[in-house]
Amino acid sequence: MKFGVVTFPGSNCDYDAFRTVVDVLGEHAVYLWHKEHDLQNADVVILPGGFSYGDYLRAGAIARFSPIMQEVAAHARRGGPVLAVCNGFQIACEAGLLPGALLRNASLSFLGQTVRVRVENTDTMFTNRYAHGQVLSLPIAHGEGRFTADDATLERLEGEGRVAFRYVNAHGALDEESNPNGSVRAIAGIVSAEGNVLGLMPHPERAVESLLGSHDGLGIFQSMLARVSA
Amino acid sequence: MTDVERRVPSASATGSTRAVEARPGDPAITPALVAEHGLTTDEWARLRAMLGREPTFTELGIVSALWSEHCSYKHSRPVLKTLPTQAPYVLQGPGENAGVIAIGDGLAVAFKIESHNHPSAVEPYQGAATGVGGILRDVFTMGARPIAMLNSLRFGSLDSPRQRYLFGGVVKGIGDYGNCVGIPTVAGDVVFDPSYEGNPLVNAMCVGLMHERDLIRAKAEGVGNPIMAVGARTGRDGIHGASFASEDLSAASDAKRPRVQVGDPFTEKLLLEASLELIRSGHIVAIQDMGAAGLTSSSAEMAARGDVGVTIDVTRVPVREENMTPYEILLSESQERMLVVAKQGHERAVREILAKWDLAAEVIGEVIAEPVYRVTEGDRVVAEFPGSRLVTDCPVYAPPASESEDVRALRERDVRVICELPEEQDPVWTLERLLSSPTIASKRWVYRQYDSTVRTNTVIGPGGGDAAVLRVRGTNKAIATKTDGNGRYVYLDPRTGGRIAVAEAARNVACVGARPMAITNCLNFGNPRRPEVFYQLREAVAGIGDACRALGTPVTGGNVSLYNESPTGAVYPTPIIGMVGLVESLAHVTRSTFRVDGDAIVLLGEPTDEIGASEYLARVHGVVAGAPPACNLDRERALIDALLAAIAAGAIHSAHDCSDGGLAVALAECAVGDAEAPLGAEVDLSAWSPLPLRALLFGEAQGRVVVSTPDPDRVRAVAKQHGVPARRIGTVRATARALDMRVGSLSFSAPLARLAAAYHDAIPNIMSRATGEAAVLEQHPQPSAS
Repeated sequence: MKFGVVTFPGSNCDYDAFRTVVDVLGEHAVYLWHKEHDLQNADVVILPGGFSYGDYLRAGAIARFSPIMQEVAAHARRGGPVLAVCNGFQIACEAGLLPGALLRNASLSFLGQTVRVRVENTDTMFTNRYAHGQVLSLPIAHGEGRFTADDATLERLEGEGRVAFRYVNAHGALDEESNPNGSVRAIAGIVSAEGNVLGLMPHPERAVESLLGSHDGLGIFQSMLARVSA
Repeated sequence: MTDVERRVPSASATGSTRAVEARPGDPAITPALVAEHGLTTDEWARLRAMLGREPTFTELGIVSALWSEHCSYKHSRPVLKTLPTQAPYVLQGPGENAGVIAIGDGLAVAFKIESHNHPSAVEPYQGAATGVGGILRDVFTMGARPIAMLNSLRFGSLDSPRQRYLFGGVVKGIGDYGNCVGIPTVAGDVVFDPSYEGNPLVNAMCVGLMHERDLIRAKAEGVGNPIMAVGARTGRDGIHGASFASEDLSAASDAKRPRVQVGDPFTEKLLLEASLELIRSGHIVAIQDMGAAGLTSSSAEMAARGDVGVTIDVTRVPVREENMTPYEILLSESQERMLVVAKQGHERAVREILAKWDLAAEVIGEVIAEPVYRVTEGDRVVAEFPGSRLVTDCPVYAPPASESEDVRALRERDVRVICELPEEQDPVWTLERLLSSPTIASKRWVYRQYDSTVRTNTVIGPGGGDAAVLRVRGTNKAIATKTDGNGRYVYLDPRTGGRIAVAEAARNVACVGARPMAITNCLNFGNPRRPEVFYQLREAVAGIGDACRALGTPVTGGNVSLYNESPTGAVYPTPIIGMVGLVESLAHVTRSTFRVDGDAIVLLGEPTDEIGASEYLARVHGVVAGAPPACNLDRERALIDALLAAIAAGAIHSAHDCSDGGLAVALAECAVGDAEAPLGAEVDLSAWSPLPLRALLFGEAQGRVVVSTPDPDRVRAVAKQHGVPARRIGTVRATARALDMRVGSLSFSAPLARLAAAYHDAIPNIMSRATGEAAVLEQHPQPSAS
């Protein structure tokens, strides 16, 4: 299976995603330069974290106009999987691949820490290897991760089972203290209406080896492998 | 000022055909103007003698920057020469953008520390941010990819709103810059002491990883090769930053905020990727950051290292403001710029690589055979210096040195007679008081604002161990790194303090399982023209040299920051040591907190009756006096060897050194340092019950490490082989929920919840109380001095 990792100017988690695919999953990966129009036949597109265009104007607002994004959108329309992490999530929202928006953290501070998220729906191509309600330990590193959307959108997301992950405490329960950035309904990640685009603020690609503290993020990649190769 | 156009003959020795001309509009050079540029009468005479004519205004500007303390090391160079710099694995010692050591497998580590104290004192956010940017560039211009950032910070007491403003601004500046570039900030140290009230210290260190074959030096070579300006355009920001860094801070310093540069981490990220691509492409022969003193310093230093001439035409430098004079272009410290010597005929290839990253590269000069440093403005020669004398002939001073009588008296004061406070009847009170000292307390409030896991190499990040550990992909090895430096020790006894700074950094790196390899240092001192300050500098460097020789950790470079003074006086003399060590096997990586119920707790090394210069005296009694603990370097070396042998034998579950706050604080940190998994312990220190209790618990005797182990006999045997005292002092007890201590007939129990609250909540509590006023201060910064 081939993963295409997009590099925007200012992307800085493209390397981590690439190494996860190649070193940990043992799959094929290519970097996709933002100025190109060719997805190089990638089966999965990863929009990685970082600070594309320095977060100038608004996180993700400029990157969505990069040439490669036309192809990423077309890939998504065809039902191709897109994994959008952190800044990638912000870009996906700006590009209309996912609903809602990411605002400045409620604390107004950048947060680099480990959080717990609960798997809310295991019936997606990104979460089928997890157990329902499973609590994952994943790193976050963002200043603008407070998910928000209007009430109608939120009701749709909830009703259609599109909330993939929610911030919880170590016991899997919701509480204010465990919602690091103040996201509405503690939403950490959502999928698109067709279920083939996942956007999340935590970094699954940084949680794929016990040596570095957690391998809880590996399930997202394994889920994609299971679904796409099935 | 008058518009005098003077034509002066250039020095005949240069063989130059064109005369150096003053520009229309240049101010007349008066003694006052020379003094404003920080040049002494002697230095001015020296310059005139070197040129054999009257210098132009542009030349005055160039020399004021290059002969500033910051660029020339004129007061520290002879002292620095006493430091050991060699080992078989040192690929690059001092004198380059960064030091480089080989770690095997064809790989090497480049690393360097640098100060950004003065900019941060007047504009904490940008001052700290651009400090991070500068040190990153120093490392990637060697051909290394930065893999970790560290920061060593010193502030006054957090009781003051001004200090909270500086602390908050510096931390945010460091975070925003490093996070955006995507380099993990993994370790450091933060100390709060009134001595830093008027002059905070902000030292940033960067560690990079590279293939030995990619090592490139900033040495201009090859007559005819083009010199190119790469990256951001040149503006008027930061002019005279280097000379600003070379004077005392005063009430007028806030007016110098325009001398502080503005950082753009996004451009830095592009420049990083473009530079590494450029270095690997083979199209260039040298590359250097335009850092302090910008284009002037980078071009003059590259020429001097290559022993060649250079000519620069300022009209070809891409600028972002109109009507910039040669003086301004040469001295601008606009950020995110590089100077590159390309191979002749490869200019287009260089431009193409830069264009890929949306960056510009312009030819602004060339390497010439004629041994001169020449600056033109179109056809007009505006500055010209013979050979490399601009850099090599800068003045060197050996000012008088003598110890302050006041400091000597403080050191010799008998601190053992200081009466205990009534509250100290309860040692748990004292322990909590120390754990909640911002210097000792958890720094999570700081590192939570840093991305410490990007690039997925961080095995131990901030708060996880005595040093940070980063794995080296493709090998079973890891790099360990840490900064340390106790200014109070150095103040009271510079030589011992210098030794301890190195020994503590080495111990910390050994505690995570690494062999200490080499250091970079940042020497933060006061005004060297004061004999007591120069004494501190000389003695502290001697102490650092002693320790580096004893521990086998040469100095590969660093930075000197003098004139750290404000109207309230000089800061504590604070040499910061940035240590790099190598973990031979990932299996050796060791954390600092207790991990396994039932493990034996063993103390390597021994307590003493020393309490001088301790955090205990400062925090509990408000006393800064007494001699710092003795530092026996043979014992330190043996301790490191024993610890590493025990770790390699698989006998160690955790290791934590005893430093600020002594043994009791170290034990408490082992117990509650991991907020998510605190583990209690039973400890019996009766073997040392003859010692004064407070020295036993809170004294800072050197050469000690607390380890937890499933096999205490093995640990004792290994220690014995190395001649290191080792005694079992207790057991990790998951059920205890407390640190239960016994010393002879005395026993006391410190509940983990209380210790954790003291340790983890201290800084967040102070900063959250202050949030409202910090927001106000951010808009209306207060002057640092009355």
